[in-house]
Amino acid sequence: MKVRLVDVAHARSGDKGDTANVGVIALKPEWYSLLREQLTLDRVRAHFEGVITGDVQRFELPNLHAVNFLLHGALGGGGTVSLKTDAQGKVFSTAMLRMLLDVPDAEARKLNLPAAPRT
Amino acid sequence: MTSGSSSDRIVRVASGQGFWGDWLDAPRRQVEGGPVDYLMLDYLAEVTMSILQKQKERDPAMGYARDFIGAMESVLPAVKDRGVKVIANAGGVNPVSCANAVLEMARAKGAAGALKIGVVTGDDLLPRLDELIANGQPLANMETGEPLDTVRDRVLSANAYIGSVPIVEALRRGANVVITGRSTDTALTMAPLRHEFGWAADDWDRLAAGIIAGHIIECGAQCSGGNCLYDWRNIPDLANVGYPIVEARADGTFVITKHPHTGGRINVPSVTEQLVYEMGDPHAYITPDVVADFTSIHLESAGEDRVRVFGITGRPATDKLKVSIAYRAGFKTVGTLVYAWPDALDKAKLADRVLRERLDNMGLKFDELLTEFVGVSATHGPLAVQEGEPQEVQLRVGVRGPDRKAVERFTRELAPLVLNGPPSVTGFAGGRPKVEEIVAYWPALVDKTAVSTKVEVMS
Repeated sequence: MKVRLVDVAHARSGDKGDTANVGVIALKPEWYSLLREQLTLDRVRAHFEGVITGDVQRFELPNLHAVNFLLHGALGGGGTVSLKTDAQGKVFSTAMLRMLLDVPDAEARKLNLPAAPRT
Repeated sequence: MTSGSSSDRIVRVASGQGFWGDWLDAPRRQVEGGPVDYLMLDYLAEVTMSILQKQKERDPAMGYARDFIGAMESVLPAVKDRGVKVIANAGGVNPVSCANAVLEMARAKGAAGALKIGVVTGDDLLPRLDELIANGQPLANMETGEPLDTVRDRVLSANAYIGSVPIVEALRRGANVVITGRSTDTALTMAPLRHEFGWAADDWDRLAAGIIAGHIIECGAQCSGGNCLYDWRNIPDLANVGYPIVEARADGTFVITKHPHTGGRINVPSVTEQLVYEMGDPHAYITPDVVADFTSIHLESAGEDRVRVFGITGRPATDKLKVSIAYRAGFKTVGTLVYAWPDALDKAKLADRVLRERLDNMGLKFDELLTEFVGVSATHGPLAVQEGEPQEVQLRVGVRGPDRKAVERFTRELAPLVLNGPPSVTGFAGGRPKVEEIVAYWPALVDKTAVSTKVEVMS
Protein backbone atom coordinates (compact mmCIF):
# COMPACT_ATOMS: atom_id res chain seq x y z
CA MET A 1 0.00 0.00 0.00
CA LYS A 2 1.19 3.52 -0.76
CA VAL A 3 1.32 5.81 2.28
CA ARG A 4 2.25 9.49 2.26
CA LEU A 5 4.84 10.38 4.91
CA VAL A 6 2.90 13.60 5.55
CA ASP A 7 -0.05 11.47 6.76
CA VAL A 8 1.97 9.52 9.34
CA ALA A 9 4.56 12.04 10.56
CA HIS A 10 5.17 15.67 11.40
CA ALA A 11 8.55 17.38 11.21
CA ARG A 12 10.64 20.45 11.96
CA SER A 13 13.88 21.58 10.35
CA GLY A 14 16.63 24.05 11.14
CA ASP A 15 20.20 24.93 10.16
CA LYS A 16 23.82 24.74 11.29
CA GLY A 17 26.04 26.42 8.74
CA ASP A 18 25.44 24.82 5.33
CA THR A 19 23.69 21.81 6.89
CA ALA A 20 19.93 21.47 7.33
CA ASN A 21 18.53 19.13 9.96
CA VAL A 22 15.14 17.50 9.62
CA GLY A 23 13.55 15.81 12.61
CA VAL A 24 10.72 13.50 11.50
CA ILE A 25 8.26 12.59 14.28
CA ALA A 26 5.63 9.81 14.15
CA LEU A 27 2.08 11.16 14.46
CA LYS A 28 1.28 8.11 16.64
CA PRO A 29 3.86 6.34 18.83
CA GLU A 30 3.02 3.00 17.18
CA TRP A 31 4.02 4.42 13.80
CA TYR A 32 7.63 5.05 14.89
CA SER A 33 8.61 1.53 13.80
CA LEU A 34 7.39 2.40 10.29
CA LEU A 35 9.58 5.53 10.19
CA ARG A 36 12.56 3.51 11.41
CA GLU A 37 12.11 0.89 8.70
CA GLN A 38 11.22 3.19 5.85
CA LEU A 39 13.42 6.24 6.41
CA THR A 40 16.71 4.55 5.65
CA LEU A 41 19.85 6.47 4.73
CA ASP A 42 19.60 5.30 1.12
CA ARG A 43 15.94 6.27 0.84
CA VAL A 44 16.57 9.78 2.20
CA ARG A 45 19.71 10.22 0.07
CA ALA A 46 17.68 9.34 -3.02
CA HIS A 47 14.83 11.67 -1.98
CA PHE A 48 17.14 14.68 -1.73
CA GLU A 49 19.28 13.85 -4.76
CA GLY A 50 19.78 17.01 -6.80
CA VAL A 51 18.56 19.12 -3.85
CA ILE A 52 21.62 18.84 -1.60
CA THR A 53 25.29 18.61 -2.55
CA GLY A 54 26.62 16.67 0.46
CA ASP A 55 25.89 13.44 2.30
CA VAL A 56 23.14 12.54 4.78
CA GLN A 57 23.50 11.43 8.42
CA ARG A 58 20.75 9.62 10.32
CA PHE A 59 20.04 9.37 14.06
CA GLU A 60 17.24 7.48 15.83
CA LEU A 61 15.37 8.88 18.83
CA PRO A 62 13.06 6.05 19.99
CA ASN A 63 12.27 8.07 23.13
CA LEU A 64 10.70 10.84 21.01
CA HIS A 65 9.41 8.50 18.26
CA ALA A 66 11.55 10.51 15.89
CA VAL A 67 14.38 10.13 13.39
CA ASN A 68 16.77 13.04 12.85
CA PHE A 69 18.58 13.65 9.57
CA LEU A 70 21.47 15.97 8.80
CA LEU A 71 21.48 17.08 5.16
CA HIS A 72 24.91 18.46 4.33
CA GLY A 73 25.40 21.03 1.58
CA ALA A 74 21.71 21.89 1.69
CA LEU A 75 21.66 25.65 2.04
CA GLY A 76 23.72 27.22 -0.73
CA GLY A 77 26.55 28.09 1.65
CA GLY A 78 24.26 28.66 4.62
CA GLY A 79 23.14 31.57 6.76
CA THR A 80 24.18 34.94 5.41
CA VAL A 81 26.11 33.63 2.39
CA SER A 82 23.16 31.82 0.81
CA LEU A 83 21.03 33.38 -1.93
CA LYS A 84 18.21 30.87 -1.41
CA THR A 85 14.73 31.80 -0.18
CA ASP A 86 15.10 29.06 2.42
CA ALA A 87 18.63 30.02 3.48
CA GLN A 88 18.04 28.63 6.98
CA GLY A 89 16.44 25.34 6.00
CA LYS A 90 13.15 26.16 7.69
CA VAL A 91 11.01 24.23 5.18
CA PHE A 92 13.20 21.21 4.45
CA SER A 93 10.81 19.63 6.97
CA THR A 94 7.89 19.61 4.56
CA ALA A 95 10.16 18.75 1.61
CA MET A 96 10.95 15.54 3.52
CA LEU A 97 7.25 14.91 4.15
CA ARG A 98 6.64 14.72 0.37
CA MET A 99 8.05 11.19 0.48
CA LEU A 100 5.75 8.38 -0.62
CA LEU A 101 6.20 5.12 1.30
CA ASP A 102 5.57 1.63 -0.03
CA VAL A 103 4.28 -0.42 2.91
CA PRO A 104 3.43 -4.16 2.81
CA ASP A 105 -0.38 -4.51 3.01
CA ALA A 106 -0.31 -6.68 6.14
CA GLU A 107 1.80 -4.14 8.03
CA ALA A 108 -0.33 -1.24 6.79
CA ARG A 109 -3.46 -3.01 8.08
CA LYS A 110 -1.85 -3.88 11.41
CA LEU A 111 -0.75 -0.27 11.96
CA ASN A 112 -4.03 1.09 10.60
CA LEU A 113 -2.18 3.39 8.21
CA PRO A 114 -4.04 5.90 6.05
CA ALA A 115 -3.69 5.05 2.35
CA ALA A 116 -2.38 7.71 -0.01
CA PRO A 117 -5.17 9.21 -2.12
CA ARG A 118 -5.30 7.74 -5.65
CA THR A 119 -4.12 10.17 -8.28
CA MET B 1 7.82 33.59 44.63
CA THR B 2 10.27 30.76 44.98
CA SER B 3 8.39 28.75 47.55
CA GLY B 4 9.41 26.23 50.22
CA SER B 5 12.75 24.53 50.59
CA SER B 6 11.82 20.86 50.22
CA SER B 7 12.12 18.77 47.08
CA ASP B 8 8.68 20.09 46.15
CA ARG B 9 10.11 23.54 45.59
CA ILE B 10 9.49 24.86 42.10
CA VAL B 11 11.50 27.50 40.26
CA ARG B 12 9.84 29.12 37.26
CA VAL B 13 11.90 30.41 34.33
CA ALA B 14 9.92 32.20 31.63
CA SER B 15 11.09 32.76 28.07
CA GLY B 16 10.35 36.24 26.77
CA GLN B 17 12.39 36.50 23.58
CA GLY B 18 13.53 33.86 21.12
CA PHE B 19 15.73 36.08 18.97
CA TRP B 20 16.48 39.77 18.40
CA GLY B 21 13.35 40.91 16.60
CA ASP B 22 10.92 38.65 18.46
CA TRP B 23 7.58 39.91 19.81
CA LEU B 24 8.06 43.15 21.78
CA ASP B 25 5.03 42.36 23.98
CA ALA B 26 6.28 38.96 25.14
CA PRO B 27 8.52 39.95 28.09
CA ARG B 28 5.81 42.07 29.72
CA ARG B 29 3.15 39.41 29.14
CA GLN B 30 5.40 36.82 30.78
CA VAL B 31 5.87 38.78 34.03
CA GLU B 32 2.25 39.98 34.22
CA GLY B 33 0.41 36.78 33.25
CA GLY B 34 1.19 34.76 36.39
CA PRO B 35 3.99 33.82 38.78
CA VAL B 36 7.55 33.63 37.40
CA ASP B 37 10.89 33.79 39.21
CA TYR B 38 13.18 34.44 36.26
CA LEU B 39 12.68 36.01 32.86
CA MET B 40 15.07 34.67 30.21
CA LEU B 41 15.67 36.74 27.06
CA ASP B 42 17.73 35.37 24.14
CA TYR B 43 18.85 37.98 21.62
CA LEU B 44 21.81 36.45 19.81
CA ALA B 45 21.85 34.44 16.61
CA GLU B 46 25.03 33.26 14.88
CA VAL B 47 25.60 36.46 12.91
CA THR B 48 24.18 38.96 15.40
CA MET B 49 27.57 39.54 17.03
CA SER B 50 29.09 40.84 13.79
CA ILE B 51 26.24 43.30 13.24
CA LEU B 52 26.77 44.55 16.79
CA GLN B 53 30.53 44.77 16.22
CA LYS B 54 29.93 47.02 13.18
CA GLN B 55 27.67 49.24 15.31
CA LYS B 56 30.32 49.46 18.01
CA GLU B 57 32.94 50.49 15.43
CA ARG B 58 30.71 53.43 14.46
CA ASP B 59 29.88 54.33 18.08
CA PRO B 60 31.89 52.87 20.99
CA ALA B 61 28.83 53.13 23.27
CA MET B 62 26.81 50.79 21.01
CA GLY B 63 27.16 47.10 20.21
CA TYR B 64 24.34 45.58 22.29
CA ALA B 65 20.71 44.60 21.59
CA ARG B 66 18.88 47.92 21.89
CA ASP B 67 15.48 46.18 22.15
CA PHE B 68 16.53 44.97 25.59
CA ILE B 69 16.28 48.49 27.06
CA GLY B 70 12.61 48.66 26.05
CA ALA B 71 12.05 45.13 27.34
CA MET B 72 13.60 46.08 30.70
CA GLU B 73 11.40 49.16 30.87
CA SER B 74 8.30 47.03 30.27
CA VAL B 75 9.19 44.58 33.07
CA LEU B 76 10.71 47.08 35.51
CA PRO B 77 7.70 47.07 37.92
CA ALA B 78 7.91 43.27 38.21
CA VAL B 79 11.66 43.39 38.89
CA LYS B 80 11.31 46.21 41.40
CA ASP B 81 8.16 45.14 43.27
CA ARG B 82 7.89 41.38 42.83
CA GLY B 83 11.50 40.24 42.76
CA VAL B 84 11.49 38.84 39.22
CA LYS B 85 15.06 38.42 37.98
CA VAL B 86 16.09 38.92 34.38
CA ILE B 87 18.81 37.04 32.50
CA ALA B 88 19.69 38.11 28.97
CA ASN B 89 22.51 37.77 26.45
CA ALA B 90 21.59 41.26 25.21
CA GLY B 91 25.09 42.58 25.96
CA GLY B 92 26.38 41.56 22.55
CA VAL B 93 29.91 42.94 22.13
CA ASN B 94 29.37 45.65 24.74
CA PRO B 95 27.69 44.30 27.91
CA VAL B 96 28.94 47.19 30.07
CA SER B 97 27.34 49.84 27.84
CA CYS B 98 24.18 47.75 27.79
CA ALA B 99 24.10 47.75 31.61
CA ASN B 100 24.69 51.51 31.68
CA ALA B 101 21.80 52.05 29.28
CA VAL B 102 19.52 49.95 31.50
CA LEU B 103 20.59 51.91 34.58
CA GLU B 104 20.00 55.20 32.77
CA MET B 105 16.50 54.08 31.76
CA ALA B 106 15.80 52.98 35.36
CA ARG B 107 17.08 56.30 36.76
CA ALA B 108 14.65 58.18 34.52
CA LYS B 109 11.89 56.02 36.01
CA GLY B 110 13.14 56.59 39.57
CA ALA B 111 13.88 52.87 39.94
CA ALA B 112 17.65 52.63 39.56
CA GLY B 113 18.01 51.78 43.25
CA ALA B 114 16.09 48.55 42.69
CA LEU B 115 18.60 47.17 40.19
CA LYS B 116 21.77 45.20 40.77
CA ILE B 117 23.12 44.32 37.36
CA GLY B 118 25.60 41.50 36.93
CA VAL B 119 27.69 42.01 33.82
CA VAL B 120 29.54 39.05 32.32
CA THR B 121 32.54 39.76 30.09
CA GLY B 122 35.47 37.79 28.71
CA ASP B 123 33.78 36.11 25.76
CA ASP B 124 35.08 38.71 23.30
CA LEU B 125 38.21 37.23 21.71
CA LEU B 126 38.63 39.81 18.92
CA PRO B 127 41.39 41.78 20.67
CA ARG B 128 43.14 38.49 21.53
CA LEU B 129 43.04 36.67 18.17
CA ASP B 130 46.71 37.02 17.25
CA GLU B 131 47.80 36.10 20.76
CA LEU B 132 45.57 32.99 20.65
CA ILE B 133 46.88 31.91 17.24
CA ALA B 134 50.48 32.52 18.38
CA ASN B 135 49.82 30.36 21.43
CA GLY B 136 48.73 27.33 19.46
CA GLN B 137 45.01 27.93 19.02
CA PRO B 138 44.59 27.75 15.22
CA LEU B 139 40.84 28.44 15.45
CA ALA B 140 40.36 26.17 12.45
CA ASN B 141 36.95 26.13 10.80
CA MET B 142 35.00 23.25 12.36
CA GLU B 143 33.34 22.47 9.03
CA THR B 144 36.22 22.81 6.56
CA GLY B 145 39.30 22.43 8.76
CA GLU B 146 40.92 25.56 7.28
CA PRO B 147 43.03 27.63 9.70
CA LEU B 148 41.75 31.11 10.58
CA ASP B 149 44.80 32.64 8.88
CA THR B 150 42.95 32.27 5.54
CA VAL B 151 40.47 34.99 6.54
CA ARG B 152 42.29 36.63 9.46
CA ASP B 153 42.41 40.12 7.89
CA ARG B 154 38.66 40.06 7.24
CA VAL B 155 37.51 39.04 10.74
CA LEU B 156 34.83 41.32 12.21
CA SER B 157 34.08 39.62 15.51
CA ALA B 158 35.14 36.58 17.51
CA ASN B 159 33.33 35.40 20.62
CA ALA B 160 33.58 32.28 22.73
CA TYR B 161 30.28 30.69 23.71
CA ILE B 162 30.34 30.80 27.48
CA GLY B 163 28.33 28.67 29.87
CA SER B 164 26.46 28.97 33.15
CA VAL B 165 29.36 29.55 35.57
CA PRO B 166 29.65 33.39 35.39
CA ILE B 167 25.85 33.80 35.38
CA VAL B 168 25.59 31.68 38.53
CA GLU B 169 28.32 33.81 40.12
CA ALA B 170 26.45 37.03 39.27
CA LEU B 171 23.26 35.64 40.86
CA ARG B 172 25.19 34.48 43.93
CA ARG B 173 26.53 38.02 44.33
CA GLY B 174 22.98 39.33 44.44
CA ALA B 175 22.36 40.50 40.89
CA ASN B 176 18.71 40.72 39.89
CA VAL B 177 19.56 41.44 36.26
CA VAL B 178 22.33 39.52 34.50
CA ILE B 179 23.62 40.74 31.14
CA THR B 180 26.02 38.61 29.13
CA GLY B 181 27.67 38.75 25.75
CA ARG B 182 27.92 35.53 23.73
CA SER B 183 26.65 33.16 26.38
CA THR B 184 24.95 30.03 25.05
CA ASP B 185 21.19 30.37 24.71
CA THR B 186 20.68 27.36 26.96
CA ALA B 187 22.87 28.67 29.81
CA LEU B 188 20.42 31.55 30.31
CA THR B 189 17.89 29.00 31.59
CA MET B 190 20.21 26.45 33.17
CA ALA B 191 22.18 29.00 35.25
CA PRO B 192 19.27 30.20 37.42
CA LEU B 193 18.21 26.58 38.06
CA ARG B 194 21.76 25.65 38.99
CA HIS B 195 21.91 28.68 41.28
CA GLU B 196 18.56 28.03 42.97
CA PHE B 197 19.03 24.28 43.46
CA GLY B 198 22.76 24.33 44.14
CA TRP B 199 23.53 21.73 41.46
CA ALA B 200 27.20 20.75 41.55
CA ALA B 201 29.58 21.36 38.63
CA ASP B 202 29.73 17.59 38.02
CA ASP B 203 26.05 16.81 38.53
CA TRP B 204 25.89 15.93 34.83
CA ASP B 205 22.31 14.65 34.71
CA ARG B 206 20.81 17.73 36.36
CA LEU B 207 22.99 20.15 34.39
CA ALA B 208 21.87 18.35 31.22
CA ALA B 209 18.25 18.68 32.33
CA GLY B 210 18.74 22.43 32.77
CA ILE B 211 20.30 22.67 29.29
CA ILE B 212 17.42 20.77 27.69
CA ALA B 213 14.89 22.96 29.52
CA GLY B 214 16.79 25.88 28.01
CA HIS B 215 16.74 24.35 24.52
CA ILE B 216 12.96 23.88 24.72
CA ILE B 217 12.22 27.51 25.66
CA GLU B 218 15.09 29.37 23.95
CA CYS B 219 13.08 29.93 20.75
CA GLY B 220 10.15 31.48 22.58
CA ALA B 221 6.76 30.40 21.25
CA GLN B 222 8.27 27.82 18.91
CA CYS B 223 7.48 25.17 21.59
CA SER B 224 4.07 26.56 22.55
CA GLY B 225 2.20 26.51 19.26
CA GLY B 226 4.24 28.86 17.08
CA ASN B 227 5.59 27.35 13.83
CA CYS B 228 3.99 24.08 14.93
CA LEU B 229 3.09 21.75 12.05
CA TYR B 230 1.24 19.24 14.23
CA ASP B 231 -2.52 19.94 14.03
CA TRP B 232 -1.73 23.56 13.14
CA ARG B 233 -5.26 24.45 12.03
CA ASN B 234 -6.61 23.79 15.51
CA ILE B 235 -4.00 25.59 17.61
CA PRO B 236 -6.09 28.20 19.46
CA ASP B 237 -5.66 31.96 19.60
CA LEU B 238 -2.17 32.45 18.15
CA ALA B 239 -2.81 36.21 18.35
CA ASN B 240 -2.39 35.88 22.13
CA VAL B 241 0.15 33.08 22.05
CA GLY B 242 1.59 32.25 25.46
CA TYR B 243 5.37 32.02 25.62
CA PRO B 244 6.77 29.01 27.47
CA ILE B 245 7.64 28.68 31.15
CA VAL B 246 9.82 25.99 32.76
CA GLU B 247 8.61 24.85 36.18
CA ALA B 248 11.70 23.09 37.47
CA ARG B 249 12.39 20.93 40.50
CA ALA B 250 15.65 20.21 42.29
CA ASP B 251 15.72 16.62 40.95
CA GLY B 252 16.10 17.86 37.38
CA THR B 253 12.56 17.08 36.25
CA PHE B 254 10.48 19.92 34.92
CA VAL B 255 7.18 20.87 33.32
CA ILE B 256 6.86 23.06 30.24
CA THR B 257 3.76 25.23 30.50
CA LYS B 258 2.43 28.73 29.82
CA HIS B 259 0.27 31.25 31.61
CA PRO B 260 -3.49 30.64 31.79
CA HIS B 261 -5.75 32.56 29.37
CA THR B 262 -3.06 32.71 26.69
CA GLY B 263 -3.23 31.22 23.20
CA GLY B 264 -1.10 28.62 21.51
CA ARG B 265 -0.73 25.06 22.72
CA ILE B 266 1.79 23.05 24.70
CA ASN B 267 1.57 19.30 24.20
CA VAL B 268 3.95 16.42 23.56
CA PRO B 269 4.03 17.03 19.77
CA SER B 270 4.69 20.79 20.12
CA VAL B 271 7.56 20.20 22.55
CA THR B 272 8.96 17.36 20.42
CA GLU B 273 9.06 19.62 17.35
CA GLN B 274 11.15 22.14 19.28
CA LEU B 275 13.43 19.42 20.67
CA VAL B 276 14.43 18.31 17.16
CA TYR B 277 14.91 21.90 15.93
CA GLU B 278 18.54 22.50 14.91
CA MET B 279 19.43 19.07 16.28
CA GLY B 280 22.75 17.48 15.36
CA ASP B 281 23.88 14.18 16.89
CA PRO B 282 21.23 13.69 19.59
CA HIS B 283 23.59 11.60 21.74
CA ALA B 284 25.98 14.49 22.17
CA TYR B 285 24.52 17.99 22.51
CA ILE B 286 27.74 19.72 23.51
CA THR B 287 27.65 22.79 25.75
CA PRO B 288 30.35 24.47 27.85
CA ASP B 289 28.82 22.94 31.01
CA VAL B 290 27.83 19.41 30.04
CA VAL B 291 27.22 17.05 27.11
CA ALA B 292 23.47 16.37 27.11
CA ASP B 293 21.92 13.21 25.68
CA PHE B 294 18.69 13.94 23.78
CA THR B 295 17.96 10.21 23.48
CA SER B 296 17.35 10.16 27.26
CA ILE B 297 14.54 12.71 27.22
CA HIS B 298 11.10 11.47 28.20
CA LEU B 299 7.95 13.50 27.70
CA GLU B 300 4.47 12.95 29.09
CA SER B 301 1.30 14.95 29.12
CA ALA B 302 0.65 16.47 32.58
CA GLY B 303 -2.67 18.18 31.87
CA GLU B 304 -3.81 20.90 29.51
CA ASP B 305 -0.85 22.88 28.17
CA ARG B 306 1.51 21.03 30.47
CA VAL B 307 4.23 18.59 29.42
CA ARG B 308 6.41 16.84 32.00
CA VAL B 309 10.04 16.19 31.03
CA PHE B 310 12.12 13.60 32.89
CA GLY B 311 14.81 10.93 32.63
CA ILE B 312 17.49 13.23 31.22
CA THR B 313 21.12 12.20 31.41
CA GLY B 314 24.38 14.02 30.71
CA ARG B 315 28.12 13.40 30.52
CA PRO B 316 31.20 15.46 31.45
CA ALA B 317 31.80 18.59 29.41
CA THR B 318 34.67 18.73 26.94
CA ASP B 319 37.81 20.83 27.47
CA LYS B 320 36.92 23.16 24.53
CA LEU B 321 34.65 26.12 23.97
CA LYS B 322 33.01 26.85 20.64
CA VAL B 323 33.96 30.19 19.11
CA SER B 324 31.70 32.16 16.82
CA ILE B 325 33.80 34.15 14.34
CA ALA B 326 32.34 36.48 11.71
CA TYR B 327 34.27 37.70 8.66
CA ARG B 328 33.61 39.79 5.57
CA ALA B 329 32.93 37.55 2.57
CA GLY B 330 31.97 39.73 -0.38
CA PHE B 331 28.64 41.17 -1.46
CA LYS B 332 25.21 39.95 -2.45
CA THR B 333 21.82 41.13 -3.59
CA VAL B 334 18.48 39.57 -4.47
CA GLY B 335 15.83 41.10 -6.75
CA THR B 336 12.33 40.03 -7.80
CA LEU B 337 9.73 40.55 -10.54
CA VAL B 338 6.23 39.05 -10.75
CA TYR B 339 4.79 37.50 -13.94
CA ALA B 340 1.02 36.96 -14.33
CA TRP B 341 -1.18 34.39 -16.08
CA PRO B 342 -1.22 33.18 -18.82
CA ASP B 343 2.03 31.24 -19.17
CA ALA B 344 3.48 32.98 -16.11
CA LEU B 345 6.27 30.44 -15.61
CA ASP B 346 7.37 30.53 -19.27
CA LYS B 347 7.51 34.35 -19.15
CA ALA B 348 9.57 34.29 -15.96
CA LYS B 349 11.94 31.73 -17.49
CA LEU B 350 12.41 33.84 -20.62
CA ALA B 351 13.10 36.92 -18.48
CA ASP B 352 15.76 34.93 -16.61
CA ARG B 353 17.44 33.89 -19.89
CA VAL B 354 17.40 37.48 -21.18
CA LEU B 355 18.86 38.75 -17.90
CA ARG B 356 21.65 36.17 -17.92
CA GLU B 357 22.55 36.93 -21.53
CA ARG B 358 22.85 40.63 -20.72
CA LEU B 359 25.06 39.92 -17.69
CA ASP B 360 27.25 37.72 -19.89
CA ASN B 361 27.47 40.40 -22.57
CA MET B 362 28.70 42.86 -19.97
CA GLY B 363 31.28 40.35 -18.78
CA LEU B 364 30.06 40.51 -15.18
CA LYS B 365 31.41 37.67 -13.07
CA PHE B 366 29.85 36.33 -9.86
CA ASP B 367 30.68 33.46 -7.52
CA GLU B 368 27.03 32.50 -7.69
CA LEU B 369 23.98 33.51 -9.72
CA LEU B 370 20.81 31.84 -8.42
CA THR B 371 17.37 31.93 -10.02
CA GLU B 372 14.26 30.76 -8.18
CA PHE B 373 10.64 30.70 -9.35
CA VAL B 374 8.57 31.56 -6.28
CA GLY B 375 5.16 29.90 -6.46
CA VAL B 376 6.65 26.98 -8.36
CA SER B 377 9.83 25.57 -6.88
CA ALA B 378 11.64 28.11 -4.67
CA THR B 379 11.26 26.19 -1.42
CA HIS B 380 11.28 22.54 -2.50
CA GLY B 381 13.28 22.68 -5.74
CA PRO B 382 13.03 19.53 -7.86
CA LEU B 383 10.81 17.89 -5.19
CA ALA B 384 8.00 20.35 -5.93
CA VAL B 385 5.02 18.94 -7.82
CA GLN B 386 3.30 20.96 -10.55
CA GLU B 387 -0.46 20.66 -10.37
CA GLY B 388 -2.06 22.86 -13.02
CA GLU B 389 -0.78 26.18 -14.28
CA PRO B 390 0.44 28.68 -11.67
CA GLN B 391 -1.63 31.89 -11.61
CA GLU B 392 1.47 34.00 -11.09
CA VAL B 393 5.18 33.42 -10.60
CA GLN B 394 7.74 35.54 -8.84
CA LEU B 395 11.12 35.53 -10.55
CA ARG B 396 13.72 35.83 -7.82
CA VAL B 397 17.37 36.27 -8.85
CA GLY B 398 20.32 36.64 -6.51
CA VAL B 399 24.02 37.22 -7.13
CA ARG B 400 27.01 36.95 -4.85
CA GLY B 401 30.65 37.85 -5.45
CA PRO B 402 33.75 39.66 -4.22
CA ASP B 403 33.30 42.70 -6.53
CA ARG B 404 30.87 45.24 -5.12
CA LYS B 405 30.69 47.10 -8.46
CA ALA B 406 29.55 43.98 -10.34
CA VAL B 407 26.86 43.33 -7.75
CA GLU B 408 25.75 47.00 -7.93
CA ARG B 409 25.59 46.79 -11.73
CA PHE B 410 23.37 43.70 -11.50
CA THR B 411 20.80 45.67 -9.48
CA ARG B 412 20.34 47.98 -12.51
CA GLU B 413 19.42 45.10 -14.83
CA LEU B 414 16.07 44.05 -13.31
CA ALA B 415 13.93 47.18 -13.75
CA PRO B 416 14.58 47.48 -17.52
CA LEU B 417 13.01 44.04 -17.99
CA VAL B 418 9.63 45.57 -17.11
CA LEU B 419 9.67 47.47 -20.41
CA ASN B 420 12.19 45.58 -22.54
CA GLY B 421 11.54 41.94 -21.52
CA PRO B 422 8.64 39.46 -21.63
CA PRO B 423 5.08 40.76 -20.97
CA SER B 424 2.61 40.67 -18.03
CA VAL B 425 5.21 41.73 -15.49
CA THR B 426 4.70 43.79 -12.35
CA GLY B 427 5.74 43.99 -8.72
CA PHE B 428 8.69 46.32 -8.96
CA ALA B 429 7.42 48.98 -6.57
CA GLY B 430 10.27 48.41 -4.14
CA GLY B 431 12.84 49.86 -6.55
CA ARG B 432 16.36 48.56 -7.07
CA PRO B 433 17.44 45.77 -4.72
CA LYS B 434 19.88 46.70 -1.96
CA VAL B 435 23.47 45.47 -2.01
CA GLU B 436 24.54 43.85 1.27
CA GLU B 437 28.01 43.05 2.50
CA ILE B 438 28.12 39.35 3.39
CA VAL B 439 29.26 38.59 6.90
CA ALA B 440 30.02 34.88 6.97
CA TYR B 441 30.17 32.58 9.96
CA TRP B 442 33.32 30.71 10.97
CA PRO B 443 32.77 28.19 13.79
CA ALA B 444 35.91 27.15 15.67
CA LEU B 445 37.07 25.62 18.94
CA VAL B 446 39.35 27.04 21.59
CA ASP B 447 40.81 25.48 24.74
CA LYS B 448 38.69 26.34 27.77
CA THR B 449 41.82 27.31 29.66
CA ALA B 450 42.48 30.11 27.13
CA VAL B 451 39.26 31.95 28.00
CA SER B 452 38.48 33.55 31.35
CA THR B 453 35.24 35.33 32.12
CA LYS B 454 34.73 38.18 34.54
CA VAL B 455 31.67 39.24 36.53
CA GLU B 456 31.06 42.79 37.63
CA VAL B 457 28.01 43.80 39.67
CA MET B 458 26.81 47.35 38.93
CA SER B 459 24.16 49.30 40.80
